Amino acid sequence: MAVAGPSGRRPPTGVRSWIAALLALALAPAAAAPAEVPDTIAQRVQPCTACHGREGRATEHGFYPRIAGKPAGYLYNQLDNFRAGRRSNATMTYFVEQMSDAYLHEIAAYFAGLDLPYAPPQTTGAAAAELAAGEALVRRGDAARGIPACVQCHGEALTGVLPAVPGLVGLSRGYLVEQFGAWRNGQRKALAPDCMAHVASALSTADVGAVATWLSAQVASGPPAPATALVHPLPLACGSIAP
Amino acid sequence: MSRLRAWRLVVGIPLLAAAVLAVLVAWLNRRDESPVDLAPGVATAEQVARGAYLARAGNCAACHTDRGGAPYAGGKGIETPFGTVFASNLTPDPATGIGRWSPAEFWRALHNGRSADGRLLYPAFPYPSFTEITRADSDALHAFLRTQVPVARPNRAHALRFPYDTQAALAVWRALFFRPAAFVPDPARDAAWNRGAYLVRALGHCAACHSPRNAFGATRRSLELSGGLVPMQGWYAPSLASSAEAGVADWPAEQVHALLRTGVAPRGATLGPMSEVVFRSTQYLSDADLAAMTRFLQGLPAGSAAPAGPAPTATPQRTQGAALYADHCAACHGANGEGGGNAAGLAYVALAGNRKVQLESPTNLLRIVLSGGYPPTTAGNPRPYGMPPFGQVLKDAEVAAIATYVRGAWGNRASEVSEVDVLAAH
Repeated sequence: MAVAGPSGRRPPTGVRSWIAALLALALAPAAAAPAEVPDTIAQRVQPCTACHGREGRATEHGFYPRIAGKPAGYLYNQLDNFRAGRRSNATMTYFVEQMSDAYLHEIAAYFAGLDLPYAPPQTTGAAAAELAAGEALVRRGDAARGIPACVQCHGEALTGVLPAVPGLVGLSRGYLVEQFGAWRNGQRKALAPDCMAHVASALSTADVGAVATWLSAQVASGPPAPATALVHPLPLACGSIAP
Repeated sequence: MSRLRAWRLVVGIPLLAAAVLAVLVAWLNRRDESPVDLAPGVATAEQVARGAYLARAGNCAACHTDRGGAPYAGGKGIETPFGTVFASNLTPDPATGIGRWSPAEFWRALHNGRSADGRLLYPAFPYPSFTEITRADSDALHAFLRTQVPVARPNRAHALRFPYDTQAALAVWRALFFRPAAFVPDPARDAAWNRGAYLVRALGHCAACHSPRNAFGATRRSLELSGGLVPMQGWYAPSLASSAEAGVADWPAEQVHALLRTGVAPRGATLGPMSEVVFRSTQYLSDADLAAMTRFLQGLPAGSAAPAGPAPTATPQRTQGAALYADHCAACHGANGEGGGNAAGLAYVALAGNRKVQLESPTNLLRIVLSGGYPPTTAGNPRPYGMPPFGQVLKDAEVAAIATYVRGAWGNRASEVSEVDVLAAH
């Protein structure tokens, strides 16, 4: 079993565990001093890594989004969105609902500062036609239907743009599809004007599938860091990005 | 006896009895009510400031401010075993809030559980506790709420099942279980104890979670603060009147104070519903009021210590639990359940000797293992350490094994936990 526990060690062998159990049962309780743990933000965000991976890279479940290296502004906005009910995930809300702005900023900055290579892409062997349709929307959009290209806002390398546009590479297909569904049915909102809700409403179900398939099939190359600035003006007004 | 006379008896006696009962219920619902004064009243700045503080102490916003919603504009759904009750708009909007309520009408809601329009209120609004709030404090709260930004948000109709959705059923409930009361100081106790009793019993409405409820959802005063299941939330609010649960009679006073002020203390940290209480309410109370609450809580009967269970034996489940503990828990809670910390203070509570771990019902322990959580961020603990949600990475049988292990290790003596218990705690 590969799990992301705090210690990360493999389970001991049967013999070792029997000894441990017998020792624990035999030893009288001792009012021992607390064990020494690091006084760091990395230690404090251990709960996040149960789902988002030990280094914010997402776990084997494959669904949870990578948070390592995402712009701090984006991560803070999402933590705030969960706290304020603009995004719906019972676990996330439970974790952040009694946290101060200052602490959420610190947590966001910590994960934003992680510079980790990407895991291999999750989607392999997708149909060529679907990949082509997805790539076309990602790189060029569809002006006739008012759909901007993903790269216009999320960066040419799709690693996001500072200060608050998230990277799209390294996300799972399931997560991407669910986000589009959530924008459409109002379960995921951002500060108005909600640009992604607008984009999601313009995409067909097939479009969403194609975009998610192509994005989740990309082998990320180059540094995972977000771009420092947008190359072109934003095609849509976005409330999440301070002008 | 003529047939007509017999018919009269058969129908008349039950009818008469029903009428007498209805009058009785109606009369019981009017106890301690006088004609309500509709004068708007004049609030002073001192009252507004006092009301802001009291609203914290009463944690009004916990229910009356929706997630992401305007302060005190209501709308939050409170789940109860009888359906969902939606908190009302307390902003001074005249049409949808309490803008037209007089101080006396506001007081009647707190003291008698009756709305300005005469309707009976559901006790999800904890007026069985608030009934003891003084008129002066009620007026201050009213004055404060009138300074809020008015929000036009119509109250949402409650979604309760029949017959709980009827005023008649509510009237019967009130006749049976609610009696308006004034807070009467105990002359045998000092001022701090009495102040603490008022804060705990009236404004703080601690009984809403920490007192057991009967089948009709009424808290039982005779078992004050002796522990209760938090309705619909799957947490057990442990007894504050038992040294085996969450009683603090044998704690140093400063540790009780610290728990309410910061959410963490040497022998425990708040998680779950109590985190919200500290986050929104108790961390803002004055030192004098926290000292008073501490004094009252420490004066509650401590009960007797739970009889120690038998020493645990080595079972396959316990062996598995020990191995899983070493793998997932020991890095933070210590190889011997001694907890973890550093120069900055305690980070992870000790599990050896921990009362929460050894509660008769393993519900809270399992909730914490499955869901994890953080104590609240407070001025005294601005960067809390947290517990990962192990329900994401462990199977139910593994959670049961860890729980069984920690409930029996290092001198702990609590019962074993089964996979079914874990299933029920999800």
